[in-house]
Amino acid sequence: MAAVATFDRPAPRRLFRRPTHPTGLWDWFTTIDHKKIGLLYLGTAFVFFVVGGLEALVIRLQLGGPNGHVVDANTYNQIFTMHGTTMIFLVVMPLSAGLANYLVPLMIGARDVAFPRLNAFGYWVFVIGGLFMYSSFLFGHAPNGGWFGYAPNTEKAFNPAHNIDFWVFGLQILGIASLTGAINLIVTIINMRAPGMSLMRMPIFVWMTFIAQFLLLFAIPVITVALFELMFDRLFGANFFNIQAGADPLLWQHLFWIFGHPEVYILILPAMGVVSEVLPVFTRRPLFGYPVMVFSGIAIAFMGWGVWAHHMFATGLGPVAKSAFALSTMFIAVPTGVKIFNWMATMAGGKIRVKAPFLFAVGFVTMFTIGGLSGVTHAIVPADTQQTDTYYIVAHFHYVLFGGSIFGLFAGAYYWWPKFTGKMLSDRLGKWHFWLMLIGFNLTFGPFHILGLQGMPRRIYRYPSGRGWDFWNLMATVGSFIIAFSVLLFIINAVKSRKGANVAEDPWDARTLEWSIPNPPPEYNFAEVPIVTARDEVWHRKYGEDEQGRPVPRSVPDVPSEPARLEVSGNGERELDVEEQPEEEVREPTAHDLHIHMPTPSYYPLLAAIGLPIIAYGLMYKAWYVAVIGALVTLASVYGWALEPSTEPEEPEEIAEAGPAPEPEPQAELEPAPESAAEPAPTGS
Amino acid sequence: MRNPRRIWFALIVGVGLVTAACAKHAPQTTLKPEGPVGRKIDSLFHLTFWIAAGVFVLVEFGIVYLVWRYRHRDDRPEPVQVHGNTRLEITWTVLPAVLLMFVAVPTFRAIFQLAEAPKDPIRVTVTGHQFWWQYDYTDLGITTANEVHMPTGRNIEFTVKSDDVIHSFWIPRLSGKHDAEPGRVARISMKADKPGVYLGQCAEFCGLSHANMRLRAFAQTPADFDKWVSDQKAMPTQPPTGTTAGDGFALFQVKGCAGCHTVNGISTGMVGPNLTHVYSRSAFAGDTFDMTPDNLRMWLHNPPGVKPGSKMPNLGLSSNEITNLVAYLQTLK
Amino acid sequence: MAVTEEVKTPDSTPEEALAHPVTSTGLSNEKIAMWAFLGSECLLFGALISTYLLYRGRSVVGPFPHDVYDIPYTSVSSFVLLMSSLTMVLALAAMQRKDQRRMRVWLLTTALLGATFIGGQVYEFTVFYRAGLSLHENLFGSSFFVLTGFHGAHVTIGILMLLSLYTMSAKGRLAENRVETVELIGLYWHFVDVVWIVIFTMVYLVPGVK
Repeated sequence: MAAVATFDRPAPRRLFRRPTHPTGLWDWFTTIDHKKIGLLYLGTAFVFFVVGGLEALVIRLQLGGPNGHVVDANTYNQIFTMHGTTMIFLVVMPLSAGLANYLVPLMIGARDVAFPRLNAFGYWVFVIGGLFMYSSFLFGHAPNGGWFGYAPNTEKAFNPAHNIDFWVFGLQILGIASLTGAINLIVTIINMRAPGMSLMRMPIFVWMTFIAQFLLLFAIPVITVALFELMFDRLFGANFFNIQAGADPLLWQHLFWIFGHPEVYILILPAMGVVSEVLPVFTRRPLFGYPVMVFSGIAIAFMGWGVWAHHMFATGLGPVAKSAFALSTMFIAVPTGVKIFNWMATMAGGKIRVKAPFLFAVGFVTMFTIGGLSGVTHAIVPADTQQTDTYYIVAHFHYVLFGGSIFGLFAGAYYWWPKFTGKMLSDRLGKWHFWLMLIGFNLTFGPFHILGLQGMPRRIYRYPSGRGWDFWNLMATVGSFIIAFSVLLFIINAVKSRKGANVAEDPWDARTLEWSIPNPPPEYNFAEVPIVTARDEVWHRKYGEDEQGRPVPRSVPDVPSEPARLEVSGNGERELDVEEQPEEEVREPTAHDLHIHMPTPSYYPLLAAIGLPIIAYGLMYKAWYVAVIGALVTLASVYGWALEPSTEPEEPEEIAEAGPAPEPEPQAELEPAPESAAEPAPTGS
Repeated sequence: MRNPRRIWFALIVGVGLVTAACAKHAPQTTLKPEGPVGRKIDSLFHLTFWIAAGVFVLVEFGIVYLVWRYRHRDDRPEPVQVHGNTRLEITWTVLPAVLLMFVAVPTFRAIFQLAEAPKDPIRVTVTGHQFWWQYDYTDLGITTANEVHMPTGRNIEFTVKSDDVIHSFWIPRLSGKHDAEPGRVARISMKADKPGVYLGQCAEFCGLSHANMRLRAFAQTPADFDKWVSDQKAMPTQPPTGTTAGDGFALFQVKGCAGCHTVNGISTGMVGPNLTHVYSRSAFAGDTFDMTPDNLRMWLHNPPGVKPGSKMPNLGLSSNEITNLVAYLQTLK
Repeated sequence: MAVTEEVKTPDSTPEEALAHPVTSTGLSNEKIAMWAFLGSECLLFGALISTYLLYRGRSVVGPFPHDVYDIPYTSVSSFVLLMSSLTMVLALAAMQRKDQRRMRVWLLTTALLGATFIGGQVYEFTVFYRAGLSLHENLFGSSFFVLTGFHGAHVTIGILMLLSLYTMSAKGRLAENRVETVELIGLYWHFVDVVWIVIFTMVYLVPGVK
């Protein structure tokens, strides 16, 4: 029987065939495997982290002393704008997306996300959007209106060159990536959970990612509208922010912050999810109060829509509006505080292994607490009229974004490194990284509280002497270089880890499904779809509980269905030491061996993404034909994507040879390769 | 052991914070208010700060303690797998909410009090421009720039506007800030208790020279203030021709200065600051340069070169012309 | 379509299994995706409509809405768009009955009605433009044209999808079991129609404060 897809295939087009087994660079360009895409996100975002960090060092060099002259005002404005824009849109968001991409399907027992090609598209749009934005430096016109781009300062009348255009178009492109990623993950989490994986059994990281995707889904359109309105003003002379025509000078701020505040929860929730995964593993305790952790995340997401005007307390809101937003801002601290206490309760009574992931997770909790507390002080409206637009605010958000998100994401890096690469990062180097980063971070941003209270405003390229700001600015500059050095240690650690020993599947004695498969996982993730009977399924398989509730190792793992895999070492090992693979390592079975149908790679996502910056350049330089060409590239790619077959056969003749898909049976060892060499019936993607 | 190190570090930071707040000359600080508005804000901040500090100590030292107390030891058994405790979780949901009410109520009260119109104020319209502040004393008929004067013990009500982009008017030792928005009018009031000079600056990113848009507030005794007012109202005298200043006066008209700057009785330009009594001010160009002849020379030589984004162009003045103009400006006391 | 799971029932064919992969909710991935997407679109149009409402009555110079609006005319084109939703439903019903020929008739009708609506918009905008209303004229021009322009762009994309579906069916490349594809495109189309009802009401019918 011919393995025919659900519609007739056109005659084989050998030149434009969908790739089947690409290798090398072409593999990375056409991959639709969520794991590879996750690694692409993580690697690219880390590069941007280094770039954004270098920008920060330039800022700190300029501000290290009074009347700095490292850079001039024009350059400084571009550097601080790109630092903020990079760290938010090109670092924290894609790092979270990368972790989510890699881990969510594994954690819910799926083989991939709902729309693998859309997933690849999201990555390519992100990279291309980031490169587009940074291409502005080549033109000498990098964005210079701050990451928040307040109109009317960003209007053409006040900013005539192309700086802001790069910013507007760059963010629009990046917004597409975020939106498609959000839809993909939402559908994946709702619809592709393994049997038994109810919502309240999902790992918290999946929950926090899930909630953050909803925030993205609804927040991105609002900034999209704001950016379009600014774009129409700049390109076509519209009047959205034209005060002379009667426009409201606050419209931009309202639209921006209705996006902007949910955005900060988008930035923090995934990292909170990481902490909720790491702390239980290293304290050997389940997360304290799982349902409350879920509901507090949901509460934060809902309440996050009702606080935006706390960014606007100095703009002339009336006293009633100020009071309302003060109240909502204060009370969003409640679900946030609950998380802190629950994390502490997870640690209390545990048996803590102080390894690098744990340190970074504790770093998150302690530093985020400080940032959260300073955030509450902002809710005190009259006090905020002193704090807003000063370094006190800069302190607050760096404590939550760096002390919070970045520390949390580093915890994830150290924790999941063996899963991604099959090797461990050096714990010793990791601890050096942590302590140096913690010290450098506090030395840099702690003094910002003082500087802000002593009257130093934000976004100034220089300050005079005699204001009392010199000493702490110098300290902050020293601290920033300590941070940089600690990041260097991480890079060295990462490079060194490639030479390390291979690690068995569960080096940390962890709790969740991703630790039940090899390091790194095979293309198909699970040889057999796991059946889930408990929260912390993998822990449950390994341990029962005695009468007091202490874990007792099971002699036989309690696995509902035994995964069919070749002999791999490390099974049943409970130690946290690195496990070496035995000499005669048997080849891991492929999807083909196990009769698992994986969709094949595709080049259309990359192609469709390429059209977008072409449109942007065309519109920006008013070369309409260029914009049209870009639009056609994207449109044609979308059509190709929609119409391409889900699997390209090796040779067209082999389609007819494939037999029906065999029934799966639980088996202790792999059955020999089937008679037919061709891939069975293709799947969609 | 690692954990004491963290405690030491926290202590150092804490001590540093406190000493930094008390020590050193910080003329733009918010922590030493000199008026009732500033003090009301400061007391509210202190209330919140100390509650936050208490929470900080509990949480941070709590975490450090927990990590130390429950660290892995081989003789320690596996931990009991506790999944939660409803009563505890409710407690630490409700308790913070209650604590917040102690902060919320004074906050609302302060918001409404600060929104009340001041009694018998001196009214000043402050207009933000890129990159300087203009002050119009509407009742008194004075216009000046960069420095604002006020009598001690009297409310001063600022009507805050902008001519171009969004700025923010801020004198930290007297009050919180308020944004100056084009197309909108805002009101903020404050009062200075003692004579003194209070520094401030624009606090909303407004372009290239946002950092150079500073201001000075002079609080004077009522008598000194009245003198200042009458000085500002005085009409300037035209310097005699043939003098350097006289030549400067002629250049002032010929070179186009009059087109942008007002000198009462001479010119009505509205683009740049009112220069009628410019030499009576302590600083110029957005309060970035002290008012000295050398600084004026430097400025006139190339304004955008010393203040990026300055709307005043480089007029290509010769050194001689600059000398004359500076001499003229010095007569505008 | 989703990556497949192993076949659970021995009797079903691989094709059937692949066409309807097992999902946690029983709904297809595509359907949830479309609903999620439409959810985000609500915020998109919400922000545009909010801008319009904020700027209602604030234009410094004319033309103003009452100078240019022709409610009877716009009512007719609104009715046309509304009817296109009806024909879309009929197209789906035909597909469900496995009558692709009839489905194509209704699809084409829907597309044509949609195109008529767009044509009506284009004509209306031309009239407004000649009356002096443009993007850069005043706040009304900016907010009106951007809002209705975005809506028109969405309708146009919908027409493209309808015509693509029509072409696939006409070339015999639309399998009988792909009812959901028609349903989801129909869902998008109805959403765009509902947005128009909101726009028509808030922008055209509800008079602003002078």
